[in-house]
Amino acid sequence: MSPAPQPAEDMSLRVQELAGNLKIRDVMTRKVFAVTRTCTMRDVQIILMHNAISGVPVVDDKHVIGMVSVHDIMNAYEQGWMQDSVCDHMTTGVRTLAEEQPLSFAMSAFSKFPYRRFPVVNRNNELTGMVTLRNINMALIQELSRQLDAIETEGGLITPAATSENCIFYRIYRIARYDFESGGKASAELREQLQARGVAPKTIRRAAVACYELEINIIAHSYGGTLTLYIDRDRVRITANDFGPGIPDIDQAMTEGFSTASDWIRSQGFGAGMGLPNTKRLSDEFAIHSGVDMGTMVKSVVHLNPQENPADESK
Amino acid sequence: MKVNELKFQGLECVQPVGAEITGGYTSDLLSDVMAHLKEGDALITIQAHKNTIAVASLTGASAVILCHGRTATPDVLEAAAKEKIAVFVSANSQYETTVKLARALRV
Repeated sequence: MSPAPQPAEDMSLRVQELAGNLKIRDVMTRKVFAVTRTCTMRDVQIILMHNAISGVPVVDDKHVIGMVSVHDIMNAYEQGWMQDSVCDHMTTGVRTLAEEQPLSFAMSAFSKFPYRRFPVVNRNNELTGMVTLRNINMALIQELSRQLDAIETEGGLITPAATSENCIFYRIYRIARYDFESGGKASAELREQLQARGVAPKTIRRAAVACYELEINIIAHSYGGTLTLYIDRDRVRITANDFGPGIPDIDQAMTEGFSTASDWIRSQGFGAGMGLPNTKRLSDEFAIHSGVDMGTMVKSVVHLNPQENPADESK
Repeated sequence: MKVNELKFQGLECVQPVGAEITGGYTSDLLSDVMAHLKEGDALITIQAHKNTIAVASLTGASAVILCHGRTATPDVLEAAAKEKIAVFVSANSQYETTVKLARALRV
């Protein structure tokens, strides 16, 4: 098996968020047309044509030894190799993906390599599925519409079991511009959830304050957006996602004291230019992406296991 | 010192709760409060709105003292009751209130 590709660094946070809990086996096609080494290029051509697919893996005892694509068939046709064995003209050194890998690995594989499909293998390195960009697009669209449905029907609460086996709590909050009245809803619920699970008070404070800062950021600085809470046994992930106006200079926005807040917002005690730096300081993992006129996405992760977290003392 | 034992000139309790006051933090910038207020502190501020209570609650403040004649509106009192945070009002400035609280706590 080829070495696993790493998640693409330039993948937008929103897409990462959507792909977050999905594994390759959740999106792959399980009905796979594969051929053995005894097949000819002509056999493959017939399989591709009858099933409207553009490539098949060649397997030997369930192990992938090569791929034959439409391109290989066209070449074989031109060269008069159609009666040859697939072994003579298949593409070898095929990159495979593992079922257990996160979907983001597959996404980065597509951006890194020129292939349009990847065979997926299980732990025994046996072929179990195929992944194409179409699988990924469908999975992302489904996840997006599931989240929208949850916002409209369940107030954002998504069934934990549907997202990941480790997930304890998963909720999306819709946050409106200048709705200071509602500020703190998500952080209050986050605190309740963590208290109910006996998380250390210092860790709860870090997570709840980070969450509150991000809520207020959406209310005070954006045109509106969503805040997503995801809790599993080990961590809290808070993702703030707004619809603009975006931050032209992120380094500046991360500088303590820098603020673009209006006088009115400042008069309410916000806009001190400390929200993002505070959030970063309180987080064990922090990421921010922004596009002018597009929006801003901030991700803050707080680890819940106090043993692993001497940082609590200093934070 | 218990919150309900806190008494000094100019201070009026509008929402009593029997928590322990261990110190104080004076600021009108809520992010600053979130970064520095210690659990058990009384928050001394002129920010008399619901988000002050939310911040006090997140940081574990025992009381909020609204200074300079700011009044506590019903929604503020309701939120404070729900979060079990005492609310005081005072006609004095933040500075005067801070000094008096420090004396009351003998810091």
